[in-house]
Amino acid sequence: MSQVIAPSTGLAPDVATALGDAIQDTLVFRGEVTFVTSRERLIEVLTHLRDQQRFEMLADETCVDYLPQEPRFALIYQLTSLSRGLRVRVKTYLSETDKVAPSACGVYVCANWLEREIYDLFGVRFEGHPDMRRILMPPGWEGHPLLKEHPVKVEEVAFSFNRQRIDADKPYAQE
Amino acid sequence: MGLEQKLGDMGVVTTSLEKAIGWARSNAIWPMLFGLACCAIEMMSTQASRYDLSRFGMELMRASPRQSDLMIVAGRVSRKMAPVVRTLYDQMPDPKWVIAMGDCASCGGVFNNYAVVQGVDEIVPVDVYVAGCPPRPETLIDGILKLQDKIKKEPLNKWQ
Repeated sequence: MSQVIAPSTGLAPDVATALGDAIQDTLVFRGEVTFVTSRERLIEVLTHLRDQQRFEMLADETCVDYLPQEPRFALIYQLTSLSRGLRVRVKTYLSETDKVAPSACGVYVCANWLEREIYDLFGVRFEGHPDMRRILMPPGWEGHPLLKEHPVKVEEVAFSFNRQRIDADKPYAQE
Repeated sequence: MGLEQKLGDMGVVTTSLEKAIGWARSNAIWPMLFGLACCAIEMMSTQASRYDLSRFGMELMRASPRQSDLMIVAGRVSRKMAPVVRTLYDQMPDPKWVIAMGDCASCGGVFNNYAVVQGVDEIVPVDVYVAGCPPRPETLIDGILKLQDKIKKEPLNKWQ
């Protein structure tokens, strides 16, 4: 019986050798391993980790907006191996002008809703996704609210000096 | 036997129709069984035995908007939930009233962001705002008593 969270550092050389130049970089921090790959080789890396290294579960798929940097976006895949008790992270960078990534739905079925959430909140499109719709925000919503340029606040905070002005602009409902 | 003998000969009591109807409406309000967030826990507590909302004739929470007089918006209303709340309000027959329970329903509370409606008064007309995060059951009962006072003073032609 393996530990629930074991250091997966021993895995890094094997994967790097097997996949060759598909792994652009391997980051190791406190026993956590991150493989950085390109968008074009992403599905290959995920398939290899699932089939050869027994990472059966996609625990999470998420996106980060590193606004001043270029490439601006990073897609992050957290993989878990239940049979080996290991975790590993796969990261790929996307440019702001070309926010398209291949869908991981063919490799991990649970990527379906996770990718819809990323599309909803960050506006990254996934090619080959069976149902690329919004999942959290209402269907008619405009914009992608977790982008850094999206305003954090909706309404100005009311104090005694500006309360009347805010109240005058507020769209009150009618009967 | 009982009360009638002690009352003596009362004869006729006169009042205005407006007052009589207001009195009748205010003491048998049926709220809608409808909670959105943590304020709903306090609302449940308000109905339960310790605080006992039935003392004010409001114990009957209706699961259908067609049978309700009062909508207690208990909790934050997300933008996605807003059309649903408005539909429920439209489905309630007149006369109807709305209590915004808690800070989130009143003004958005701490959720000043893209996902939450900044006060439920943007989508339905609110009669009484109850402050608190969440309000204690006593506070909600106080808000309900304020609403009862308001209903008693309402003119008859308001719901034409």
